[in-house]
Amino acid sequence: MTDTVLDALDRALVAATQSGLPLTPAPYADVAAKIGTTEADVIARLTRLLDAGIVRRIGAVPNHYRLGLSHNGMTVWDVDDGEIDRLGALVGALDFVTHCYRRPRALPDWPYNLFAMVHGKSRDEVEAKRAEIAALLDTAVRASDILYSTRILKKTGLRIAG
Amino acid sequence: MRPPQDPVTLDETDRRIVNALQGGFPLVPRPYAAAAEALGLGEDELIARIGALTASGVLSRFGPMFDAEKFGGAVSLAAMAVPAARFDAVAADLAAMPAIAHNYERNHALNMWFVIATETRAGIGAAQREIEKKTGLKVLLFPKVREYFVGMRVEA
Repeated sequence: MTDTVLDALDRALVAATQSGLPLTPAPYADVAAKIGTTEADVIARLTRLLDAGIVRRIGAVPNHYRLGLSHNGMTVWDVDDGEIDRLGALVGALDFVTHCYRRPRALPDWPYNLFAMVHGKSRDEVEAKRAEIAALLDTAVRASDILYSTRILKKTGLRIAG
Repeated sequence: MRPPQDPVTLDETDRRIVNALQGGFPLVPRPYAAAAEALGLGEDELIARIGALTASGVLSRFGPMFDAEKFGGAVSLAAMAVPAARFDAVAADLAAMPAIAHNYERNHALNMWFVIATETRAGIGAAQREIEKKTGLKVLLFPKVREYFVGMRVEA
């Protein structure tokens, strides 16, 4: 992990914007006034944080459930460790996969090392997407499963200390 | 408090806004005006619609999305097999812990899946031990080894 050095003003910028940008014509100027810098500085800092990947993106963060995407399936796959980077990149490139990670197995309970999250308006839609991943991985799959979320027990989102 | 989760029907303009603005919001002095122009809308209308979409819970928020791990913090997916009779009590235990960001019930022997987020890497193991001590159940950790894609883009 690379730790980019963030100064106090960067952290103030995070604290001031992580709940959202002001809904005003000049939001960066308003944030600047709040944290004691200039509009140009806020824009330059956000540009730098985006380039460094510290800001993943700027824009609308949708709530899947409100959009009717109430079925979420965590598809999990056991593939060869030597092949996983190539296969993970292929699965991650599918336009309907929202997250794709390699994670450790937890044997004997859990043989799966590739995780890909898919969402759909119905269970059939999620199953169709799972079938597409299975077709793509083909004979590389040694075992697979899908875990549907049946209840949200807590969802607060991540907070970063400013 | 969790916002309402029932699906809503969006009009065509709202749908275009949600689909077009899930990234790439302009870094210019009048970003709403620039984004509105690309969508064929007025600046005031775009601001009002984003406000309404946020108020109704269609958007969780509108702004930068940060990668918490790049701030020196740590995040790990984790799972437990919780006996049905104790499920709600264990969920309540986890809900009370600030280190637990998300928690879902899933249809598997490992039936509780949650995200632990702490300010330091050592915090993940500490949270794991705290949950194990409190519940007497084994907590499996699934930290990401490699990220192939994180899009979070969805079609409205």
